[in-house]
Amino acid sequence: MKRIRTYFDLPPDTGSDVLGQIRAQVERLHRRLSQVHFTLAVLSGKGGVGKSVVTANLAAALAADRCRVGVVDADLNGPCMAKLLGARGQRLLVKADGVAPAVGAGGLKLMSMDLLLASDSAPVEWKGPEAESFVWRGTLEAGALREFLADTDWGALDYLLLDLPPGTDRIEPVHDLLPHLGGVVFVSLASDLSQFVVRKAVHRVRELGIPIVGFVENMAGYACPHCGTVGPLFGASAEFDGVPSLGRVPFDPELAALADRGRPFVLERPGSAAAAAFGQAARAVRAFFETGRTL
Amino acid sequence: MKFLCVDCDAQMRYEERELPGDGTLAVMFACPTCGRKVALLTNPMETQLVSSLGVKIGGRTVPDQPLETVRTQLGTGADGALVDEDTRRAPAWSAAAEDRLARVPGFVRGMVRRLYSEWAKERGIEEITPEVMDAARKELGLEEM
Ligand SMILES: [Zn+2]
Repeated sequence: MKRIRTYFDLPPDTGSDVLGQIRAQVERLHRRLSQVHFTLAVLSGKGGVGKSVVTANLAAALAADRCRVGVVDADLNGPCMAKLLGARGQRLLVKADGVAPAVGAGGLKLMSMDLLLASDSAPVEWKGPEAESFVWRGTLEAGALREFLADTDWGALDYLLLDLPPGTDRIEPVHDLLPHLGGVVFVSLASDLSQFVVRKAVHRVRELGIPIVGFVENMAGYACPHCGTVGPLFGASAEFDGVPSLGRVPFDPELAALADRGRPFVLERPGSAAAAAFGQAARAVRAFFETGRTL
Repeated sequence: MKFLCVDCDAQMRYEERELPGDGTLAVMFACPTCGRKVALLTNPMETQLVSSLGVKIGGRTVPDQPLETVRTQLGTGADGALVDEDTRRAPAWSAAAEDRLARVPGFVRGMVRRLYSEWAKERGIEEITPEVMDAARKELGLEEM
């Protein structure tokens, strides 16, 4: 065979320059987030613990505390943030340098897949051969999340919260995109704390070297609607596996009802026990990032 | 990815990209010395894998658009969820060109309109017709647009 010039013999800056294109994506992401002080991912080991409701209320509590807050709904396949923050149906203006985020309750800036779908029941379906979706789906979802972060015109923010899909391994794609993620907040039910799945999630985050802010115990007991006294289910865990408790949110039937109507509980019922718990969690988050200590 | 014309020992240049509509991709490269052409053909899975990386084989011909991957890959995006900044000052669109644009899914249509408008504007073209669209599409390698 004739000896031919090979890849590295040709000029380096010609061809598809796939690496250069990827590098440009990363640079765009960094540029956008250079105006964000702190990034915070909200995680749960499994579904059904009310993680998104906690994210929405934590974000609203931070905003009520005069922080500039953005929320990225990283749960691409089960998006609900626009609904929880009352931003469903807002149309987003696209300019050459980015997309204006939706503005939800409390002035929260928001990007979520449920702003892009026709209805709550509309599924997220990607183009491409379904048979081989296992090959490309993860890459595509990481690309979509990168665009949510990098292409949204967030402006200057104090906090950008990422609401992650449930699962112990969902932090990995976020870590790939944001190697300097500021911290993680876990959401768990009191009754689940001892479970393997939470331990596993904590372990994975530690392995990746991501700072852990703490955990929020959701539905931790029952607040009496008349006197606000929290009932006997109230847990007593101040920490779990070395992870500090940021707050215990008592079960309140109104919490879910208001969430469904797009009104964060902390803004609607500021005097309630649950709102106090979210406020406490928000203060603990601020203490962690802004003074480097836990409350 | 680079292509070398072995006879001429010259690197081939990207010429155009085409999506035949069956999920496959065809990217043409030509030798600047002898003019010989080769086509890179990818199957639907390979095409999708490249698209999902948000990169373009042959290199980028237009700047990365906001939410480009989501807009071009999401099959269930709502018409009108994204509103592109007004481009009415840009070149006029003929009725036939508007008809053709109307066949583009609403979720991505505003972005496609802007890309064509900018291409025409840069060339001093005053009216966008289907022929102008064809020329822009070939040159820019616009996919599914
Ligand atoms: Zn040649």
